[in-house]
Amino acid sequence: MNKNHRVPTNRSLSAVEVKSKFGAEFRRFSLDRSKPGKFDEFYGLLQHVHRIPNVEVLVGYADIHGDLLPINNDDNYHKAISTAIPLLRIFLQRKEEADYSAFGTDSLKRKKNVLATVLRADNNRKKPPLLISLPRDFRPVSSIIDVDILPETHRRVRLYKHGSEKPLGFYIRDGSSVRVTPQGLEKVPGIFISRMVPGGLADGTGLLAVNDEVLEVNGIEVSGKSLDQVTDMMIANSHNLIVTVKPANQRNNVVRHSRTSGSSGQSSDSSTSHYGYTVTSQIIQNFHPEEAESDEDNDIIIEGSGKPQQIPKASSASASLGSLTHSELYFGSKQNGFSALSSSAGSLTAAGEIQGRESERRRSTERANVEEEGTVITL
Amino acid sequence: MKRFRRHGQDSQRDRLKQELFQFNKTVEHGFPHQPSALGYSPSLRLMAIGTRSGAIKLYGAPGVEFMGLHEENAALTQIHFLPRQSKLVTLLDDNSLHLWTLRNHEGVSELLEEGRFTLPGPPGAPPSVTRVTSVLAHSSGKLLYLGTEDGHVFVVEVPVFRELEERNISVEAVQQRVPEEYVGRRNLESVEALTENPQNPDQILIGYSRGLMVLWDLEGSQATHHFLGNQQLESVWWKRDGCQIISSHNDGSYCQWPVSSADRQPKPDKHEMPYGSFPCKAISKILMLTKKQGCPFVIFSGGMPRASYGDRHCISVIHSKKHVAFDFTSRIIDFVVINEGGEESEYDDPSALVVLAEEELVVVDLKSEGWLMIQTPYLAPLHCSAITCSHHVSNIPLKLWERIVAAGEKQNTHYSRMPWPVNGGQNKAPDPPQRDLLLTGHEDGTVRFWDASGVCLCPLYKLGTAGVFHTDADPNDNMNHAGEGEWPPFRKVGCFDPYSDDPRLGIQKIHLCKYSGYLAVAGTAGQVLVMELNDEDADQVVDSSLADLLQDQEGFRWKGHAQLIVKEEAVHFPHGFQPFALVQCQPPAVVTSLILHSEWKLVAFGTSHGFGLYDYQQKNNVLVRCTLNPSDQLALEGPLSRVKSIKKSLRQSFRRIRRSRVSGRKRPVGNAAKVQEINAQMEREALQEMELAPVQRKIEARSSDDSFTGLVRTLYFADSFIRDSSHSTPSLWAGTNGGSVYAYSLRVPPVERRMEEQITAEPAKEIQLMHRAPVVGILILDGRGAPLPEPLEVAHDLSRSPDMHGSHHLLVISEEQFKMFTLPKVSAKMKLKLTAIEGSRVRKVSVVSFVNSKVEDYSENGLAVLTNQGDLHAISLPSIKIQVRYNCIRKEDVSGIASCVFTKYGQGFYLISPSEFERFSLSARWLVEPRCLVEAPPASTRQTLSRAAPDGAAVKSRVSTTDSDTSEEDGLQRPPLMEHALLNDEKVLLEIQRSLEGDRTSFVEKNSKRRTGGGKLLTNGE
Repeated sequence: MNKNHRVPTNRSLSAVEVKSKFGAEFRRFSLDRSKPGKFDEFYGLLQHVHRIPNVEVLVGYADIHGDLLPINNDDNYHKAISTAIPLLRIFLQRKEEADYSAFGTDSLKRKKNVLATVLRADNNRKKPPLLISLPRDFRPVSSIIDVDILPETHRRVRLYKHGSEKPLGFYIRDGSSVRVTPQGLEKVPGIFISRMVPGGLADGTGLLAVNDEVLEVNGIEVSGKSLDQVTDMMIANSHNLIVTVKPANQRNNVVRHSRTSGSSGQSSDSSTSHYGYTVTSQIIQNFHPEEAESDEDNDIIIEGSGKPQQIPKASSASASLGSLTHSELYFGSKQNGFSALSSSAGSLTAAGEIQGRESERRRSTERANVEEEGTVITL
Repeated sequence: MKRFRRHGQDSQRDRLKQELFQFNKTVEHGFPHQPSALGYSPSLRLMAIGTRSGAIKLYGAPGVEFMGLHEENAALTQIHFLPRQSKLVTLLDDNSLHLWTLRNHEGVSELLEEGRFTLPGPPGAPPSVTRVTSVLAHSSGKLLYLGTEDGHVFVVEVPVFRELEERNISVEAVQQRVPEEYVGRRNLESVEALTENPQNPDQILIGYSRGLMVLWDLEGSQATHHFLGNQQLESVWWKRDGCQIISSHNDGSYCQWPVSSADRQPKPDKHEMPYGSFPCKAISKILMLTKKQGCPFVIFSGGMPRASYGDRHCISVIHSKKHVAFDFTSRIIDFVVINEGGEESEYDDPSALVVLAEEELVVVDLKSEGWLMIQTPYLAPLHCSAITCSHHVSNIPLKLWERIVAAGEKQNTHYSRMPWPVNGGQNKAPDPPQRDLLLTGHEDGTVRFWDASGVCLCPLYKLGTAGVFHTDADPNDNMNHAGEGEWPPFRKVGCFDPYSDDPRLGIQKIHLCKYSGYLAVAGTAGQVLVMELNDEDADQVVDSSLADLLQDQEGFRWKGHAQLIVKEEAVHFPHGFQPFALVQCQPPAVVTSLILHSEWKLVAFGTSHGFGLYDYQQKNNVLVRCTLNPSDQLALEGPLSRVKSIKKSLRQSFRRIRRSRVSGRKRPVGNAAKVQEINAQMEREALQEMELAPVQRKIEARSSDDSFTGLVRTLYFADSFIRDSSHSTPSLWAGTNGGSVYAYSLRVPPVERRMEEQITAEPAKEIQLMHRAPVVGILILDGRGAPLPEPLEVAHDLSRSPDMHGSHHLLVISEEQFKMFTLPKVSAKMKLKLTAIEGSRVRKVSVVSFVNSKVEDYSENGLAVLTNQGDLHAISLPSIKIQVRYNCIRKEDVSGIASCVFTKYGQGFYLISPSEFERFSLSARWLVEPRCLVEAPPASTRQTLSRAAPDGAAVKSRVSTTDSDTSEEDGLQRPPLMEHALLNDEKVLLEIQRSLEGDRTSFVEKNSKRRTGGGKLLTNGE
């Protein structure tokens, strides 16, 4: 930030000049600085002036530092209006073509190919950019759940397999662990993680490690079950695998300040501070089992020689999120995965989220696959 | 909401469940695996077979069967019935003796272990002193003479197992009187034979391995006669008149010795070597049986010339000029002869020879002219060629049944008509309510039809399919072609023939329509034969067609076996099922699923490459569909691919080793403490094993490019609403290993235009299950939630017609889930997850009608499911909820689980060995189990010691029986309990506990009895 900011001289001006660009077209209009109104109205206005009433667009503006920042709610809209100097430069992109990486600090200068033609600003910054993006454009890969109900020595990890190209990538083995029983210490057979596939999903999360003892799979205890049984259980639940482990390394456990505290905020704070991993996960408190149910079993059905469809859920107990699936049937699972996330967002604590990116390009190719071949679809 | 269900409903449902479901293992069909001993009681007319795993099985008249299991996992070496009692003594490999008794209880007999005994022997003596080598159950019925390895004979009182030390015959006592020059050289070795003089119970003959035989007088406690044999002794036989002794020897010879009071050290009358001059193998057992008219029968086993026929398993029967060497395909365990002459009769008058070979039981009619074989009503060698698949059909219409039976009878003309000679006991079981057929497919291309209605699994009819094809097998390579004047005069007997000439002929799938008599069988080389029952012989050409399942798939190469070559010319087919149409799949991979619809006259078949539909009326292919995934390479390489076959054979051999290690049956265990101890030990071993061999499993979501995803696992015909909800259409459904379901709607012309118009099939639906588990079953439920009836079932008024008004539902059963979909618009309605919850996978599933055991007309449809853990589940329809669950098969017993078939009424069969089916029942109503009564034989009129016995002895023995009653009590409880292995059943546990608490003392006593067995004499009852 070595560049001196121009102090806006016309702060007192009541009107804000707006220059909006969509594709190759510009529109100019002005707004009342004191009465900016709501984002929705602004969005409607933009669509109106560009004559694109039915096109979904992403709205971005150039802030005083020359960064392209998004406008997608009232807050950042008001911020944009209040800091306009006096010209507010708006950039519109079609949603389906949006390049999210364009947003962020320094983005306007860095992303020459996108915006350099528009903004002839100099780029002499050296600081690496920090990417910020819209949460819904990400999909969770893993999370730690039920922190508040599990003993501190245990960890419940949820791996979201769907849509990911990565293999789950770990192996389990038989072994024995020592338990404290009324009769004293007892050696009991147990199931352990024996190997992680480098670059696999499990490896990438950093939440599972070799020699962790597997205690539960999707809420079902594994004690008394054979290795093959546990393997089958894990594979059967592989779209949405929740494993409870007793980590071999107990040093990175989430430490709770107070045992009675069910508050998510508290534990999240602690978790951020105690996480030594490359931040790859989120902690969701108060995980509800039906969420685990919600995003599986979207069988594909092809009626006659026609187009394939996702099977809509008939009234099912587990269809708590059924209503969310209809907007884009083909990708119901992804939608569901996201909605599971957002519905629990209240208790979601962003202990640094790294979420897999949903690639628009992949979406469209997948769709093309579905339509062209119509036989076997891999989700 | 389920959580808040009212309590009353729950308990009501629980009561109903008890009336519907009950798990029992009822009877074992087939031939016992690894038999090791044979016994026969002429007074009871019962036969006993012991096995190497410690099981003892008694057989009498058809339906009379008993089974017992020794606690020790040791082989049975000898079985001796106590004369004129319903008791028998068994000797095990571990030198323990066991007394079994048939006790009558509520009009049914039960086989119970009454006591056990191990010879204590003097302190410090080597084990060979008490190692029992021969047993004589004395005709008094009160004494056992036990000959041992060191040459001693111990006397033990039964049933209390009290050693009568004062009566023992030590080897020293015998040697005293033996001529110096005979004994001097070396010791007498073990007691090889003990027999009693048939005319005088006070005389017994002791035969020593070394060759010496001593006639011992029990009254005088001294040796009266010495027979100085020069050859190693194998067996002795005392002729009925008591005047002659026959001994058989190691060198293939036998001697006849006179017994008279004149000569106390006679020379043999006759010394003969039947297969002479060149060195011969030992004659292990010899009998000489007198006839009222004519010469006696001499029957012996072995004795073949060592060099030329040393590997044959033979029993020779010689009667005057007639001499036959019956040649068996497997080792001979033992043989007995059934006599017509009673005990009082002067002559034996042999009527039947019963031979127990390692793999089958053969009975020869000695009264018929040609010594024909008698067909056994039970103990059938199921495995005469390895079983490759089985199929059960319940409730066969009488008409079809009679035709099959008639076809079978015509095949069996070479059998003797003599009624089954082992006919003791009465079958008290009610007549089976219906006629059931079990069909087994074999490796040699035969299909055998068994009457599975009752306790006896009787062979009905045998169907061969090899005749349709050109094979390497020489059809004339048959038995009974002994050349004239061949010596020895061999005659092949038995049907055990495990060598398959062409494994491609193996039968993999069978489907029989019981109403129309159409049969479809499919085999290893992709052949599908459609057959029709014909009561006459016929010469016909089989119409063959080819189904190219690969279609347009390029670049695939089949590396497996070649297709079978069909005979072009007309083939002679004997009466019975005659093939008229043949479809050969290309590539010729194993047929993995098969179904026949007799009403539409269609056959559908599937392999690992795809599936096809064949119209057997018009004899053309209607549909061929390839299910291969382009990335599915493995499916194409076939079984001859080098790498795979080595891997496979290695895996198989490991499996075999593992199986043989665990092949022991479940042992009944005495009490909870012992159970715990054993469990702890097993766990310890298991833990050790785990630490030694770290096995790991990969956790990976299934992807579509797994191998064999295209393998067609199940096919289903249904008339249902597949296109719209107003018109039902015939349809064909197929499910694959990769979790795909394909549905085709069929246009079947009406019957009158059936020959002219083509049947067409067009794709209607495809479902790809998200969880991608193999689809093992497809089922459509009608408007009432009942499964659609079988074809022709409604036409024969045996089922009510399906409800075509309400909406139909599709049930797709994968290895992991049961999933219900609506029809015609397929949408998921509900599901039951199995694997995701408990980690087990569905291996076998079948629709079953469970009938209430209390209320006559109440029944429920359900699914019987067997999982890879060996658990049985009953699952309700249409609600798909687990009702009950029982542990049935050990999960390591992969072949047992793979062989399981269910009947329509909740019974089932699985292989417990290559030759035995275990029958089980999941239904509380239908149970096929032996219920039979064996009356104690009438007291003999002959003078025996029993009369002479002092009163005190009788009283004592009664006291001791009451004393042992308690142990008998838990002996009675235990075998069935452990048999059913219901240890996780609360009721059973309670019962065990009660029986344990009830007679703790007797248990302690019993235990100590065994512990102190090596040290002191028993103090039982004194």
